[in-house]
Amino acid sequence: MTEPAHMLTGDRIYRIHWMPGTDTLRGICHCGAERVAEEPVELWEWLLAHPYGHQSPEVVPPAPHAAAGTPVSPARSVVPA
Amino acid sequence: MAFARNQWYVTAYSNEVGRDLLARTVLGEPLVLYRTESGEAVALADRCVHRRYPLSESRLDGDTIVCGYHGFTYDQTGTCVFVPGQQRIPRTARVAAYPVVEQDSLIWVWIGDRDRADPTTIPRAPWLDDPRYTVVRGMAPLNARYSLLVDNLMDLSHETYLHGGYIGTPEVANTPITTEVDEERGIVYVSRHMDDAECPPFYAKSTGIQGRITRWQDIEFHPPCLYLLHSRIAPQGVYPPAEGEDSDAFHAEIVYAITPSTENTTYDFWAVARDFAIDDESVSEYLHQSNHTVVMQDVTALNILEQVIASEPDKYQELSINIDTGGLAARRLIARMVEAGTVGAPR
Repeated sequence: MTEPAHMLTGDRIYRIHWMPGTDTLRGICHCGAERVAEEPVELWEWLLAHPYGHQSPEVVPPAPHAAAGTPVSPARSVVPA
Repeated sequence: MAFARNQWYVTAYSNEVGRDLLARTVLGEPLVLYRTESGEAVALADRCVHRRYPLSESRLDGDTIVCGYHGFTYDQTGTCVFVPGQQRIPRTARVAAYPVVEQDSLIWVWIGDRDRADPTTIPRAPWLDDPRYTVVRGMAPLNARYSLLVDNLMDLSHETYLHGGYIGTPEVANTPITTEVDEERGIVYVSRHMDDAECPPFYAKSTGIQGRITRWQDIEFHPPCLYLLHSRIAPQGVYPPAEGEDSDAFHAEIVYAITPSTENTTYDFWAVARDFAIDDESVSEYLHQSNHTVVMQDVTALNILEQVIASEPDKYQELSINIDTGGLAARRLIARMVEAGTVGAPR
């Protein structure tokens, strides 16, 4: 499979790439933060929680109410922004 | 199920609206559509203010509708201009007139607060009204809720299983996708690029390609209504040039308008615009018949699914996997629109 070019341009684009040859998804926030996961529901929750959880751990603000109870533990941060 | 109000919805094809009265129900609101003598498309509430008789069961007199029951007569703004037997027309004698935009051979109607209707926000489907393309189209009423058709179209891996022998091949379900969401413009884009795929009959017979293909499917969904599938078909290994026209490939712009009618029924407008064999009527007939078959396969499946889901509790259990990444994104944008559209709106 050829890697599709980024089709949407703009300042607030969220992307999830399904890594060819794997079951892994890679989420990329418009802020540059990235995370990999094995399924899409929790990866969307992490992406859409921006900016929560998209910074390095010591500056992560408290989770918003909407994100409460939606742990993202199965996802692994690969590029802490 | 809540609807996304304060949005534009495709309510008819241009060629469906003329000097006959056309009834459509959109987001639970009964509408009557017609065209004035000067050619302007009109959408009014399809209930006479007097005794609720459907105006669509009435008749046109010039640009006015004369109610088929007692003769209440309405102009194109919904204002009552005649009542039977008396001179005084009650002040409240009017029916709602809906903002209408005719564009790309589609009749868009605004469902919501009139003051918020902005025609510039309507997404475009220019291929439907472009002489460089030939279009086949249809509309299938669905006895299933709107969200089921959105789910269906956002995940094309079902082509492999539901539409095998028409548009589905093993590579569709087996090829990873990339999903993008434009948060500000409210667009979901799902790309599935197959480098080396079997050519399904839908494209083999219409393009004449023999052998394997490079097949790209790029979904561009503008919720709540307009779904575009940019389909690129080329002999295997043929890619677009770095510059200039992609003239070695075949392009089909597949357009759906997904319009909620009632809570459990949906209008499935479908069209296939192609840039190849544009003068070949046999190709048009084949693609029309094939796509109609594919749509009816979806209709049958979704009608079954509606019966099942309708019997389930509200928060029925589902399982989403990688193929659902785009569908999940669409659901979220629609939920946001429902929430925005119901603020201050009558329920």
